[in-house]
Amino acid sequence: MTYLAKPKFHHPGLPKNDLGYTHRDYEGTVSTLCAGCGHDSITAAIIQACFELSIEPHRVAKISGIGCSSKTPTYFLGNSHGFNSVHGRMPSVLTGANLANRDLIYLGVSGDGDSASIGFGQFAHALRRGVNMAYIVENNGVYGLTKGQFSATADRGSKSKRGVTNTDNSIDLAAIALQLGASFVARSFSGDKQQLVPIIKAAIAHKGAAFIDVISPCVAFNNHAGSTKSFDFVREHNEAVNRLDVISGRMPIEVQYAPGQIEIVEQHDGSTIALRKLDADYQVHDRAAAQAFLQHHAAKGQIVTGLLYVEKDADDLHAHLHTVDTPLNALNEKELCPGQSALDKFNASMR
Amino acid sequence: MPTAKSSAAPISRVNDFVVRFANVNGSGSASANEMFARAIMRMGVPVAPRNIFPSNIQGLPTWYEVRVTEANHLGARGGVDLMVAMNPQTFDKDIAGIEAGGYLFYDSTKELPASKFRPDITVIGVPLTAICNREYTDPRQRQLFKNIIYIGALTALLDMDVKAVEQLIGEQYKSKPQLIEPNLKALNIGRDFAILNLSCPIGLTVRKADKVGDRIFIEGNASAALGAVYGGATVCAWYPITPSSGLADAFTKHCEKLRVDPETKKAKYAIVQAEDELASIGMVIGAAWNGARAFTATSGPGISLMQEFIGLAYFAEIPAVIFDVQRAGPSTGMPTRTQQCDIISCAYASHGDTKHILLFPENPAEAFEFGAIAFDLADRLQTPVFVMLDLDIGMNHHLSRPLTWDDSKKFDRGKVITAEELEAGKDFGRYLDVDGDGIPFRTYPGTHPTKGSFFTRGTSRDRYAKYTEEGAPYVDNMQRLVRKFDTAKDMVPRPLQATSVNQTKYGVLYFGSTAPAMDEAIHMIEARGHALDRMRIRAFPFHSSVNSFVADHDFVFVVEQNRDAQLRSLIVNECGIDPVRLVPILHYDGTPITARFIAKAIGDHLDQLKLTPMKVTS
Repeated sequence: MTYLAKPKFHHPGLPKNDLGYTHRDYEGTVSTLCAGCGHDSITAAIIQACFELSIEPHRVAKISGIGCSSKTPTYFLGNSHGFNSVHGRMPSVLTGANLANRDLIYLGVSGDGDSASIGFGQFAHALRRGVNMAYIVENNGVYGLTKGQFSATADRGSKSKRGVTNTDNSIDLAAIALQLGASFVARSFSGDKQQLVPIIKAAIAHKGAAFIDVISPCVAFNNHAGSTKSFDFVREHNEAVNRLDVISGRMPIEVQYAPGQIEIVEQHDGSTIALRKLDADYQVHDRAAAQAFLQHHAAKGQIVTGLLYVEKDADDLHAHLHTVDTPLNALNEKELCPGQSALDKFNASMR
Repeated sequence: MPTAKSSAAPISRVNDFVVRFANVNGSGSASANEMFARAIMRMGVPVAPRNIFPSNIQGLPTWYEVRVTEANHLGARGGVDLMVAMNPQTFDKDIAGIEAGGYLFYDSTKELPASKFRPDITVIGVPLTAICNREYTDPRQRQLFKNIIYIGALTALLDMDVKAVEQLIGEQYKSKPQLIEPNLKALNIGRDFAILNLSCPIGLTVRKADKVGDRIFIEGNASAALGAVYGGATVCAWYPITPSSGLADAFTKHCEKLRVDPETKKAKYAIVQAEDELASIGMVIGAAWNGARAFTATSGPGISLMQEFIGLAYFAEIPAVIFDVQRAGPSTGMPTRTQQCDIISCAYASHGDTKHILLFPENPAEAFEFGAIAFDLADRLQTPVFVMLDLDIGMNHHLSRPLTWDDSKKFDRGKVITAEELEAGKDFGRYLDVDGDGIPFRTYPGTHPTKGSFFTRGTSRDRYAKYTEEGAPYVDNMQRLVRKFDTAKDMVPRPLQATSVNQTKYGVLYFGSTAPAMDEAIHMIEARGHALDRMRIRAFPFHSSVNSFVADHDFVFVVEQNRDAQLRSLIVNECGIDPVRLVPILHYDGTPITARFIAKAIGDHLDQLKLTPMKVTS
């Protein structure tokens, strides 16, 4: 029903968040993706996460590249400025935007073609710079808009809808994000909203480069037998290491858990994550161990999901560049232009 | 053959000659040679130095040319009066380039056969290596002080004020005072040798004058970067590429001095060395979309890589300032040689129908001014603006008028709607032509909770930024972009025109770093009995006076530093002018264009026009 305008009316009794906004205030236009697309579930999760975090909808800048995934920012946060940039270049546009105004929340949305192929370089460098953002890859292993070619995250040996077997090795973006120094790395599944929503919330709250690889099956081109990114395959091979049950602002965590199962992770902004361990040995603050864990499980054909790594005292590009607290885009002539007197001195030094 | 007299009459000139130093790259000669140029400037005599260097760190040949010019001819002249031949690799060629009656200064430690020299020049030999080996034991010192020793000898040979050099040594090593004494010693070793063993001065001499005034000695990259500081740039994203890296480096230095908050010591700027040019322009576009003034500095290959993003900025209407310090292409071309060869690739950068604003500064002072106003233009017109420097302007020191700034000037941030205006109910359509000038209004991200947000995309959309693939709104938008470009014609720096004292049917168009050579060439052309009106183009889109200028003359020469007459093509294309009326004068060997070249090319052409055709009788 994508040709219909989205109705604006809503039930008067819709729950409101701390700021008085309803869920509807975080929505965008009607999706033009295929019915059943995993990406639409991610859109719903982003809406839910922003609603629950009580974010001012206009204080988010949503930036994407090109592809099915990159279309989604029109489907959420209609009161935010969005930027559908060029293929594979979301990270640089987001980096620049972030430099201009450190006070907004930056949500980068990309796909596997966008981030693992054409934009692999930009993906890598934005993470290693520590740009403060939540970088979400909606990973379906295929190029959807151009009708089903393999992407670089397609597993070796997996079959395309036309029956072609992929012979290239796949790129595990989460594993690479770990290697590149991302200070928050998670993987989730579009079909598991319970896991995905708190991960998105935690990524937004994280100060630093937060990366989420979301396996998001393509119902049109990659949901068949022989695919390793189909709903069925992911459900069968999902190896969740933990679940983020609660993410709160500075509120105390009230949910009760059996001892030993829960780890409380304090985020830089004062928010708190309650992490329920599903794998008792998994250490969420050990980057090297996380990398090894991913590799071992990938070799067994398992898809490890959950919060894979979080750095306790992460900082961001602004901290590295030692920029002023005022957003750079708010500085005026007085603060930026040194005037003729400085020029007189400069001229004198050049003779 | 340590010294030899010339068979041709030795050149005898005061404050008007060209010295060329031939050195080995990485031998530390550059700073000594620059000191030589500065010393002459300190004597009140204008100089125009040019560094001709290879794409190499150590070992390949490099030259440094100093034109001493009391008459203020600051362009390259062509020809060499005194060759300081310190590089055996290029010795033969260097000697061949000396004017008849000119002078050769060389290291006479090793005896060379007479066949290595020319009879029509004066040969001056100084056993530099022998002197250095005698005076110094450390090999690096032998090399470095050799440069200072020849400068010392030259001060005697050219009758220079040695105090000016001594003072410069003091300034240069202010932070390392232990180096002052050894440098002064080396200077005197050379000077004393020349006074005792050579006939000083030679025919070329420097005499104190008062012709420098309050001018400054600066590279265009440094002044353009300062223009970016004054223009309010806060975000710089760049990728190293010769000859533009110096611009980003200079911006960093200026910012460290001028843009650090005195209390918090925090930076009022952000500089990122990106992973490539695609990322650097992407960051610029992201920052400018978000309301900061942002720029990148690059050269031709970088422009090629940025094409897709530049088209996005044009179509999505995002300000961006791009400094293109041009070098010789295509491909890697000659990365350390100058050209004006990116005119077309910048004017029409990217796929689809695009046109961009180009500014053509002539020298560092104008690079500063254009570097600053580029940000106003980009914000006002919401589009990429290219500041077209070249290696000659960017990487050479130029004697330039001092930089000035009007302290009452405010930044022109263009048409930006504020939260208050949105709250007051102002209608906002991102691509709505409210004022009829083709320029729409924009909002910065994060302005208002419920009003004024829009989606930026490179895909077609309607006046309210709503996605559409329909033909009519697409055409409507593209036509508005043309209107906007027309509006720009009266906003960009106008061409400067000079009319010949003698009435003429002929004119000349030129731009950028050609200007100083053109200023000189015009006198040489006049001396050949011709008159020319001239116009220096300072920006694209072309002002209507460019059309008038061409219309007012039978034909017009277009002088450029590229093979394909790119500016001429742009004029033909954009002004609807018959190409026959525009005669290309092209210099593109990678060296800066010279007055002699222009005067000869245009003079020969005009001479031919003066010939009266003979009547054919059969």
